[in-house]
Amino acid sequence: MVTLGHYLIVSGLLFTIGFAGVLLRRNIIIIFMSLELMLNAANLSLVAFSRFRLDAAGMPNYNAQVFVFFIITVAAAEVAVGLAIIVALYRARQTTHVEDVSSLKF
Amino acid sequence: MPSFLFWLFAFVMLGFGAAVVINRNPIASALSLVLCFMGLSALFMSLDAFFIGIIQVLVYAGAVMVLFLFIIMLLDLRAETRRKTNVVAVVGGSAVALAFFLQVYFVVGQLSAAKEPFPPLGPSKMDDVRNVGLLLFSNYTLPFQIIGVLVLVATIGVIVLSKRELR
Amino acid sequence: MSSALPWYILLLPFFAAVVIVLFAKSFRGVSSFISVGAVLASFAGSCVVFVTPNTRAVELTWLDLRPVLYVPLGLVLDDLSKTMLVLVTGIGALIHIYSLGYMKDDAGKSRYFASLSFFMFSMLGIVLANNFVMMFIFWELVGVSSYLLIGHWFERDAAAEAAKKAFITNRLGDFGFMLGILMAWTATGTVVFHDMSQQLARITSYPEYLMVAVLLIFCGAVGKSAQFPLHVWLPDAMEGPTPISALIHAATMVAAGVYMLVRVSFLIQAAPHALTIIAWIGTITAVMAALIATQQNDIKRILAYSTLSQLGYMIMAVGLASGEAAMFHLFTHAFFKALLFLGAGSIIVMLHHEQNIWKMGGLAGRLGITFLTFMVGTLALIGFPPFSGFFSKDAILALAYEKNPAIFWLALFTAFLTAFYMLRLVVVVFFGKPRSDQARAGREAPWVMIGPLILLAIPAAASGFGFVAKLFLRLPGEHETGWLVPALALVATLAGITLAILLYRRRESDPVDLALFRKRFYFDEIYSFLIAATQGVLASLSAFLDRWILDAGVIRGASGATWGFGSLLRLLQVGNLQAYSFLFGLGIVGLIYFTLFR
Repeated sequence: MVTLGHYLIVSGLLFTIGFAGVLLRRNIIIIFMSLELMLNAANLSLVAFSRFRLDAAGMPNYNAQVFVFFIITVAAAEVAVGLAIIVALYRARQTTHVEDVSSLKF
Repeated sequence: MPSFLFWLFAFVMLGFGAAVVINRNPIASALSLVLCFMGLSALFMSLDAFFIGIIQVLVYAGAVMVLFLFIIMLLDLRAETRRKTNVVAVVGGSAVALAFFLQVYFVVGQLSAAKEPFPPLGPSKMDDVRNVGLLLFSNYTLPFQIIGVLVLVATIGVIVLSKRELR
Repeated sequence: MSSALPWYILLLPFFAAVVIVLFAKSFRGVSSFISVGAVLASFAGSCVVFVTPNTRAVELTWLDLRPVLYVPLGLVLDDLSKTMLVLVTGIGALIHIYSLGYMKDDAGKSRYFASLSFFMFSMLGIVLANNFVMMFIFWELVGVSSYLLIGHWFERDAAAEAAKKAFITNRLGDFGFMLGILMAWTATGTVVFHDMSQQLARITSYPEYLMVAVLLIFCGAVGKSAQFPLHVWLPDAMEGPTPISALIHAATMVAAGVYMLVRVSFLIQAAPHALTIIAWIGTITAVMAALIATQQNDIKRILAYSTLSQLGYMIMAVGLASGEAAMFHLFTHAFFKALLFLGAGSIIVMLHHEQNIWKMGGLAGRLGITFLTFMVGTLALIGFPPFSGFFSKDAILALAYEKNPAIFWLALFTAFLTAFYMLRLVVVVFFGKPRSDQARAGREAPWVMIGPLILLAIPAAASGFGFVAKLFLRLPGEHETGWLVPALALVATLAGITLAILLYRRRESDPVDLALFRKRFYFDEIYSFLIAATQGVLASLSAFLDRWILDAGVIRGASGATWGFGSLLRLLQVGNLQAYSFLFGLGIVGLIYFTLFR
């Protein structure tokens, strides 16, 4: 029997994997991809709740799905801009290693 | 949906998600991410969110990941050379991530609604896409327009950021 | 007679001062006439008030916080204040007229007359005030006027210093005065004199409290009337113009202390121990000042110490529980001392501002009228019958003989000294040969200055007689000692006269040289040393506090702590992206823990 809890745990696990990727990998592209994993985990949670909460007519709560729609759109825009920045960074520093771009320190 | 399908697609998603993080080669990571998104999309379908599922494939796997691959190819990134691993950082990062997951686990464990099965859907003449569209264009018109402007801004920003200086 | 007349008497000089300051600063002649006119009008008003029985003035309410505090602006018009009114405005008018001549060529004439009018206003305020607070306000105003007038020639350092000294010394006395007023008010619940005398029983049940309050109030008189140990300002105040010395430092302001004590005699006479202290301070002042006067060489300083000595007599009388005797002596002293000062002024100005008696001599023939009036004043001062001083001093001596023999013999000794130094002055200044060119060239003063001298000589001579004095004052009662005391006093006076003539006839310089007296018992030096010592300690303590505790501790401590904390926080900015995300994640985990799991 698959319950809401299963979906939430899976979502949490996916988020954790993405979080660990952000913390542990040192290639900036990989970090960015882990970021996308985290966003999608949140999307999964939202859709699960949307299906779980039904209104009087038995329809799912579509507000959450509209929210997911927006999240996907924003994530796409963010990826575009973020990759443009990474390209500019690579052109300047010739590296994608995150520890090489730490000149903004005290 | 039979529960074994849920477990199948869940494991696909999680497995390839882990592969993204673990792989050395950025191309391999990107392709793993595509398959992860496929699994996720299947999970969306299992929740009767057909529109979202399709959008996930079209936008994420289709557009965003293609963009990632383009950039990786453009920059001609190889597998990153191994550097000295900072043990403290690895341990600390893993600990924080694990702590977070444990918190989620406990919270969900205490949520009474989490143990209930999904209620059956009522009959409906309209399909999923129409319902989402109705809601989107009636209640959420303004955010929709703003999102449009946002994408425009992002486009302009990308062009500006990646321009080469003309000599 | 309208009940606003007393207010006119009080306020006319004030308005004169305001008008002069605002409009007539550059018109010197106009200013002097405005001032003289105002004081003459006040004198006329005082005479009217004097002869009118049962005058009541309008009382205005200033501060009404009953039942805690009620401070009216009211005027008291009993026999005491009416007499003082006539005295103050009368002598004041004469001195205003005298100043027209004395200050004729002075550049600051407008300023002088404005300050003089302001002084008249303040002094009349003290005389007329019907409550402690109002009297204290005018007390301070009189101090300010005195400061302005002593420092009239402020370009001279000595004058500026003297003015400051007078004001600061007065301030010390006033501090005690204020504490005494507060104590009296706390015990009786009122500051109005009349009401306080009704409530006296509330304070007499605590004799120690009453004694302290009375002594503190007496501090005000010590300051204003220049008693020991706050006497040091009066001789230095001679730096001011001579009419000022006559008016303020002989006849009126210094008498304000005595007047105040007589006004609250109901309070003072309820504290016998305080009375003894008051009497002894008066005696000490009288003796000490007389001793110092025997060795001074400046004519004004001799007269200043003489004033101190006579004030000592008055305070002595207050301490011997006879306000009547004190007021009697105040009354006669006002006339003859003003006369003496004005006479000295005419000598000084006709000798082109020479003040050293050893540069004078043989002036009896040259300044005849001045000499005659000066002799009248001298004889009155030393108590030579039948001049006024004889009667008033005799009243005090008789009182001392009855109440306190030790004080009596000291007072008698002082009478001897008084005769001695005054005749020393007279012999050296008026007799013998002139000792300098200015003395040789001396001529009589103009009528505007001689007139007041003559006018003052009359009451100086005659105000001692019973029938005259009874018009103005309540006289002290007759005493049983009969002829003994006046006879002893006469003997002392004659002895002093004889010794002075013997020692100082036909001398070119002083044969006696007693440094202790000449240096005024070294009081100024002692005070300077004490003040420097305490100020020095206080200053170094403050410097230590400021440098080590405030500057190093608080200020640098605060800045150092901020700096250190900032340096600590700086260590977080490693520039490493993943370190930041790690901390971020740590924060999130912590936040969730504290919100959801606690």
